[in-house]
Amino acid sequence: MKTELLLNFTVDKENKKIHVEREFAASIAKVWAAWTQKELLEQWWAPKPWKARTKEMDFSEGGHWLYAMVGPEGEEHWARMDYKSITAQKSYSALDFFCDENGKPSDFLPGSQWLTSFKETSNNTIVDVLLTFNELSDLEKHIEMGFKEGFLMAFENLDEVLEHQQ
Amino acid sequence: MPKEFRRDVFQAIADPTRRAILGMIALQAMTPNALAEHFDTSRQAVSKHIKILTECQLIRQESSGREIYYHFNAKRMREVDQWLEQFKKLWEDRFNQLDQVLHNLKPNDYED
Repeated sequence: MKTELLLNFTVDKENKKIHVEREFAASIAKVWAAWTQKELLEQWWAPKPWKARTKEMDFSEGGHWLYAMVGPEGEEHWARMDYKSITAQKSYSALDFFCDENGKPSDFLPGSQWLTSFKETSNNTIVDVLLTFNELSDLEKHIEMGFKEGFLMAFENLDEVLEHQQ
Repeated sequence: MPKEFRRDVFQAIADPTRRAILGMIALQAMTPNALAEHFDTSRQAVSKHIKILTECQLIRQESSGREIYYHFNAKRMREVDQWLEQFKKLWEDRFNQLDQVLHNLKPNDYED
């Protein structure tokens, strides 16, 4: 299933902002649920073969999502998303940062600010994510922690598949 | 904060003066004196920026006669963009997974 859905990805290095915009073939109610309910978030948030596992979730202003990115070897990277303001099925703002399993912020990695907005078009929903980093070096860390391993792991899996085909 | 963090490429380009320096030497190689003339800040401050840029390999020094020239290292700059490419890829993968979740989502599976 490959559809042509809008994806915009722009980087504003000067202002340390990244803007991601993506269209989804679903109603705003569904898309909003997928971004705000832990059972659904866990199904797509982590890039394969990593999985997101929730420890605490309270989607409300002042609440947070405390979760681990769990790797194929059982390795864990903990992160927390603190919800600041929420307008149901329209937008939410949050602070995302790495932490330990108790939610205590990692002292050398400041987080990124998120402003996520949802807009319904005729049949689809457009999600707009504006990420603001304190330093762009944080972005490099974001990729390094968890995700980079995920990519490498995916390549290793591919190697294995190719090997078996010979 | 680990010490090598200071030589991080992103940290290097996060500073406006350093971006300005990169912009100038990307156009043409320059001597330290010629560079310093373009800035209101002290020569010392400029050479500190140059040191950081050199440490993270965004610029390199070459001697020509008695003068030192700073050159722009385009290859290193492209590596920065590759990081961003990976970040973009991460989002694409994530969104493709979300497509599947949405595709399989039944009205009873979520709260309105």
